[in-house]
Amino acid sequence: MNVLAQADTLPISEPEIWWFALSPLLTLVGGALLLMVVGALTPQWPRGLYAFVSAMIGGAAGVLAIFNWDDISDNGPATLVGGALAFDTFAMWSTIVISGAVVLVSMLADEYIRDTPNDGPEIYALLLVAAAGGIVMASANDLIVLFLGLETLSLAFYVLAASNRRSDASAESGLKYFLLGGFASAFFLYGIALVYGATGSTNIGEMVTSLANRGDSGNDVLALAGIALLLVGLGFKIAAAPFHVWTPDVYQGAPTPITAFMASAGKAAAFGALIRVLISGLPSFRDDWQPIIWVLAVASLVVGSFLAVVQRNVKRMLAYSSVSHAGFILVGVEAAAHTAGEADGGMGISSVQLYLLLYSVIVIGSFGVVALVAREADADLSVFDGLAKRKPLLAGAFTIFLLAQAGVPFTTGFIAKFGVIQAGVDAESYGLAIIAMVTAVIAAFVYLRIMVAMWQKDVEDDAPAITVPVSAAIAIGFAAVFTLVAGLYPSLLIDWSDAITLVR
Amino acid sequence: MLAAEVTHAGAGAFPLLTALIAVPMVGAVALLFTQRSRPEFAKLLALMFSAVTGAMALWMLKEFDQSADGFQFVSQHTWIEDWGIGWHLGVDGISLFLIVLTAVLFPLAIVGIDPHHDEKPYLAWLLMLEAGVIGSFLSLDLFLFFLFFEIVLVPMYFLIGGWGYEDREYAATKFYLYTFLGSAFMLVALVATAMLARDDLGYLTFDLVDIAEGSNFAASTGRWLFFGFAVAFAVKVPIFPLHTWLPDAHTQAPTAGSVVLAGVMLKLGTYGFLRFGLYLFPEASVWSRSLWLTLAVIGIIYGAIVATMQKDLKRLVAYSSIAHLGFIVLGTFAFTSQAISGSVLQMVNHGVSTGALFLLVGMIYERRKTRQIAELGGLQKVAPIFAAGFMVVMLSSIGVPGLNGFIGEYLILIGSFQSARWWTVVATAGVILAALYLLWAYQRVFHGEPDEDNASFPELKMKEGLVLLPFLVAIVFVGVYPQPLLDRIEPSVDRLVAHVADNTDIDADPDYTTQRGEFEPEHGDDGHGEDDGHGDEADDHEEGEG
Repeated sequence: MNVLAQADTLPISEPEIWWFALSPLLTLVGGALLLMVVGALTPQWPRGLYAFVSAMIGGAAGVLAIFNWDDISDNGPATLVGGALAFDTFAMWSTIVISGAVVLVSMLADEYIRDTPNDGPEIYALLLVAAAGGIVMASANDLIVLFLGLETLSLAFYVLAASNRRSDASAESGLKYFLLGGFASAFFLYGIALVYGATGSTNIGEMVTSLANRGDSGNDVLALAGIALLLVGLGFKIAAAPFHVWTPDVYQGAPTPITAFMASAGKAAAFGALIRVLISGLPSFRDDWQPIIWVLAVASLVVGSFLAVVQRNVKRMLAYSSVSHAGFILVGVEAAAHTAGEADGGMGISSVQLYLLLYSVIVIGSFGVVALVAREADADLSVFDGLAKRKPLLAGAFTIFLLAQAGVPFTTGFIAKFGVIQAGVDAESYGLAIIAMVTAVIAAFVYLRIMVAMWQKDVEDDAPAITVPVSAAIAIGFAAVFTLVAGLYPSLLIDWSDAITLVR
Repeated sequence: MLAAEVTHAGAGAFPLLTALIAVPMVGAVALLFTQRSRPEFAKLLALMFSAVTGAMALWMLKEFDQSADGFQFVSQHTWIEDWGIGWHLGVDGISLFLIVLTAVLFPLAIVGIDPHHDEKPYLAWLLMLEAGVIGSFLSLDLFLFFLFFEIVLVPMYFLIGGWGYEDREYAATKFYLYTFLGSAFMLVALVATAMLARDDLGYLTFDLVDIAEGSNFAASTGRWLFFGFAVAFAVKVPIFPLHTWLPDAHTQAPTAGSVVLAGVMLKLGTYGFLRFGLYLFPEASVWSRSLWLTLAVIGIIYGAIVATMQKDLKRLVAYSSIAHLGFIVLGTFAFTSQAISGSVLQMVNHGVSTGALFLLVGMIYERRKTRQIAELGGLQKVAPIFAAGFMVVMLSSIGVPGLNGFIGEYLILIGSFQSARWWTVVATAGVILAALYLLWAYQRVFHGEPDEDNASFPELKMKEGLVLLPFLVAIVFVGVYPQPLLDRIEPSVDRLVAHVADNTDIDADPDYTTQRGEFEPEHGDDGHGEDDGHGDEADDHEEGEG
């Protein structure tokens, strides 16, 4: 994208393209197109087939990403399409997380949207498009490409949030998300422009070189203003306080499986982008943006956990808790900031990616249960009263997810929290680590409240029956088993996450 | 779940310690597959698993080499290699009797106390709790210890919340959040400990022994880290200003919950101080000892006074725990062999006598559906055997000579008198107060003429008597012949005291390392010759490479 520099080197050389390296992305995009085109040309498919195809496409993308991971471990990281995309283990990890989220969310969405006006290929196609956008964000090696990914993801999310045509809340959620998201995108784009002005390039590799050679004479105002605007845009996407205000409304109003996707894949993509921009692209300004990350982390932790406590609606509780989880992940980012741009990157980036993987599974499981329990109704806490007596297995699974979110040992939630705390302590951010753990105690109160409702309250007589469809049961069951097993024996995942590196 | 660990445990030898954790855990999982309509089968299964655990603990007690001061039955495997975390278990004189107590207390609690509803999940939570508590006492890896230390909150939360009394939700949540808050600091301190020790050791490890023996923290660093740990333990013990969760949790918990809470879970705090406070951070422990001694003494007096004022019998016993645990903290931070041995012994004693007290109070509640002292009275007339049992347990709690409580308190007081004289003088008053509140309570509940409601108070049943019997036997046995216990406790305690002395300037004062059992009068500065030579033994412990 370095247009100015390339202008005099005519004719424009076509970049070499490694098709296999792009295969996860192409699978998702191609799958989305296939679903849309074939779905539009054929009559209604049999029950569950749309979801099945969507899950298969997501799964295929994940498997291809694993092959690519092997390739990277053997041959080292590289850049793709003339330096537009990074081909490194970091990108592949994000790809796997987002693809996995597609699989699980497709399984949850199946029954949820069946027999509604939305049953059709569109929702799944949008899921796949959003996933493709998310992967582009997390593997972008150029700010313009990153912006393209961000817009692809966001536009798909706006539509998905508003996709429940029978619900005012869903429409409101979509509109809110669209307006605020548009604002954030504008900030981000302006930030890119200013950084381009300061560095002469939007390519991350060239930005680093340009900034490293800028000497003392240069004026940093442009770059710093650009960083500030970029942080606003990214802070919005990761739902960090004080840019979190959209989260509870959008999470509450959107169809619950879509909320699960936003909280998992959306976060993974946004944090991927944040790390690309800050750690990869702007390490020479790390002393300037690191304090901002610190403040964002503390604000998210405090705001997320305190405001979660006063909610009555479970989806809002989980929305605020996702803000506090964003704070936890920012602890890992802050740790990585201490060594940004150095050869030995510390534990920060691995811990962030591990957190994103483990949290994605937990949060999809949590919202999956909410989707089943509070189908049409508002997800008020009282809907969960006595769930343990009505559906003990479902209540058991939800308990596992809630305990994991609280960071109880022998669940993946603890491993995730331990990872970022360890990274934070390793980088000597003791204060931040302590704040994070103390706010985790406050957040634990929220999860206890839901558990009290499930296990100790009595069932209301007029409570609607809960049906658990097979596909959702498999998704939730898998998430619960994964949360426990990977919590008991996490060394394999930790081992893999330690291999995460960013292309330089 | 943890059963998987059994398969790759050591070459040849039976992985006893892993089994001690795995058996109740497997039992808890097995219970999930029993039928809800057959509670008696679930109970039999739970009893079987807990009894096997108890038998294994007793076998461990028999096989325990009392002359060795290091960790025995060590089981060490790598678990999360990248983070230097290992499955490292071991038992020494400090943890030995706590584990035996735990493993014996649970089958008694399971057989002796029936929940009011939903036996199956209740028993599953109890077994999970047992696995967690035993795991905490066995762990020699900071990370592993934290896992178990934290996980016990979950079954306890559900036990209090699901099977407790009127204010159970409030009490359970308060209990959970308080202890979780303490652990928050511990987690950060624990990670920081490993990270900073990496500079000394050259590799990242969470292994307790490696860090304690190999690291050399700067004084200020060690103090910060120590306080991170200490907050968690102080909440758990609980030490005076952090105790407010305890009366609620104890009073609202179901009887088995109270027995376990008082019997073993509070000891996680005092045990933690010994194992992870004194052993890891000797300098900081010694530096901050005045604080702990003062808080301990405040706890003793405060707990006793508040206990005197209680109208609820169960709450009274709960506050008496605060006072008793104060003695244990006093002994811990006296840094003499005698006092710490007394503390370890008193941890066991308190578990036995307060456990039995809660059991008896639970029986009273089952019969009369009230815990209010004012509504009880004259029970001795109608249930003399019950009253006699209560009397023995109560006297043990008071610390009457000939019963177990006396031995522990006596050792703590004479051990502490040498190094912390004025604190000990004040603490001794607590012994008198204990007699006051317990005897007064006994008098109000058991003496006098029974009124109409109390006249039909049923006598101790055969089954209840059989459950109570092991407690009484332990109370009298330890009271009359504590030597077998002290023989096993003292080598490890001596080693710990020597470790503290080696790493601080505390051995400049002869009184800190007085030899076991021999009371050195304060006047002579010459009575410290015989305690040299501990330092050499410090490195002489079993340790395998994973």
